[in-house]
Amino acid sequence: MNAPALELRQVHKSFGRTPIINGVDLAIAKGERHAIIGPNGAGKSTLFNLISGRFPPSSGQILLDGEAITGLDAQDINRRGLARSFQITNIFPRLSVYENVRCAVLWSRGYRYSFWQRIGALEDVRARTEEIVSKIGLIARRDRPAGVLSYAEQRALEIGITIAGGAGVILLDEPTAGMSRSETRDAVELIRNVTQGKTLVMVEHDMGVVFGLADRISVLVYGRVLAAGTPDEIRGNAAVREAYLGTETA
Amino acid sequence: MRSPTFRRLALWGATALVMVLLPLVFRQGFALSMLSQMGIAIIFALSYNMLLGQTGLLSFGHAVYYGLGAYVCAHTLNAIGAGKFHIPVTLLPLVGGLAGLFFGATLGYVTTRRAGTPFAMISLGIAEMVAASALMLPGFFGGEGGIATNRQVGAAWHGLSYGPQIQVYYLIVAWCFLSMIAMFALTQTPLGRMANAVRDNPERAKFIGYNPTRVRYLVLCLASFFAGIAGGLGTINYEIVTAENVGVAASGSVLIMAFVGGVGHFFGPIIGAVLVSFLQSALSSYTQAWLLYFGLFFVFMIMFAPGGIASLITVHGQAVRMGLFKRLLPGYVASGLAFLVLVAGLIALVELTYQLSETSELGKQFKVFWLALEPSKWTSWALAGFVFAMGLGLFLASLRPVRTAWQSVNVELQARGAA
Repeated sequence: MNAPALELRQVHKSFGRTPIINGVDLAIAKGERHAIIGPNGAGKSTLFNLISGRFPPSSGQILLDGEAITGLDAQDINRRGLARSFQITNIFPRLSVYENVRCAVLWSRGYRYSFWQRIGALEDVRARTEEIVSKIGLIARRDRPAGVLSYAEQRALEIGITIAGGAGVILLDEPTAGMSRSETRDAVELIRNVTQGKTLVMVEHDMGVVFGLADRISVLVYGRVLAAGTPDEIRGNAAVREAYLGTETA
Repeated sequence: MRSPTFRRLALWGATALVMVLLPLVFRQGFALSMLSQMGIAIIFALSYNMLLGQTGLLSFGHAVYYGLGAYVCAHTLNAIGAGKFHIPVTLLPLVGGLAGLFFGATLGYVTTRRAGTPFAMISLGIAEMVAASALMLPGFFGGEGGIATNRQVGAAWHGLSYGPQIQVYYLIVAWCFLSMIAMFALTQTPLGRMANAVRDNPERAKFIGYNPTRVRYLVLCLASFFAGIAGGLGTINYEIVTAENVGVAASGSVLIMAFVGGVGHFFGPIIGAVLVSFLQSALSSYTQAWLLYFGLFFVFMIMFAPGGIASLITVHGQAVRMGLFKRLLPGYVASGLAFLVLVAGLIALVELTYQLSETSELGKQFKVFWLALEPSKWTSWALAGFVFAMGLGLFLASLRPVRTAWQSVNVELQARGAA
């Protein structure tokens, strides 16, 4: 059983007649921390949307732990153990921080659409929710509506919701976008902490974050993987430097 | 400081006590029938709010489930009367509930495929469709006259014949109380919480494993069940069901109840149901223009208290607890007085206008409060117009201090809430 945690085979996606993803191949091993980088408009977020089932790919195959998930609905993919965060904060604004996390725990504990159990009496849900709320450092804010939190707090909550269900594969879409330097440092620490033992795929623009966290990096340009390798290999890759890195690390 | 569970139990106990004792306080016949109407409206409005407040589904057709439940109950009651089979009348609302559930499960399967504006439009379409079939299928709906029935069927059980209205009232109270508790309990379940999540952000709900369509569908089924219970009680109470009961106007009425009471709080629709039922029967006995006043009241609520009475209560409760209410009081008193003048002028104008179109032989002179007015005299019009204009001016001028006070209180509430 050595199937990659996540595998993409010749994935294509066009919107109308505009191709966005042009045959992406990607294999991410279990436990790997993988960063996807690339210039704006390279198709990074679209790739995440295809993997997580927000829209189906035009062609190609996506496999999670060796099983095809191509074209499944988002909730079905999530139930198979893949969770994602969003580039633009995507939480439940009128629910409290605690409720946000608790809702994200429910399905994984098998409570599904239960309307015959009192949610407050579910000990396993309570324990898991409290664990997550404390991990993301929002205990003091647990009863506040999520919509009134600060931006950095909402980003932490976004990660909390993503990991709460215990998915084995975590997709983070620009988790540190718009953060100050110190907030970014905290966020990296949080991500490192909560994704231990899991497979992490992230889209990120901050090269400090990428090179600090990732085991491997794929460079996406014009909907194609231009290069893939360890951070050192990517740093040394001439084509990558020319296409992308040169503008930011020179 | 008592525990929240204790306070909740005390609140439920007090509610039950009030409902049981009310008929001892209001002894007149019309009061009892109004109270019965309120009990039914409470169940109906709470079931509506499972959709609007808790799941974010704006329905223009919720009366379909109330009305169909009521029709099925009327036929059941008639079948019992004809001796075809027997169930106790006490349990008849359950038949209504199951009928509501059945129609919710079938019609709702179509409506809940979408949310937002499409859901609202489809629910309106379904309501029109059912209302239209009410005239096309007279066998089930009884045509224009509806289905009449008689609740006194079967032998009286321990004197419980449901002949006297007081027995019907207590039947309604029992079902109302059970339904309130059940609907509150539903908010405390995984499905109840996911309904809130789907209301806030259906897209995100998918990525934590939930199918928002399924959540909406299940909530609509349950809401239809309770609407059907209310319908069944309606059948027992009024002993007639007509096409009006499934119509768009009835659906609009329950929407107004929920909105006026406040959709953001569980107890909001209870207040709305009580208030709107009261206005509907009390105002209509005072003036023919009651629908106009009712409409103005609704517009006023939407403009000045969009969160409904429930949110007024909770926000002011906070302000009082934190000792901030005295900042609001002067503005409220001034605004309140100006508002009274405005309302007096408005009533005078409306009633004068109504008298113009009236061809009653009762004579054209009438009284608004202590003042005699006559539509043929220009002085009456001038006086009414003057009071109205003055009231309007004073009221608008009084709003600014209220608003300033509010802003300062709000800032403080938020600051302390965050601490």
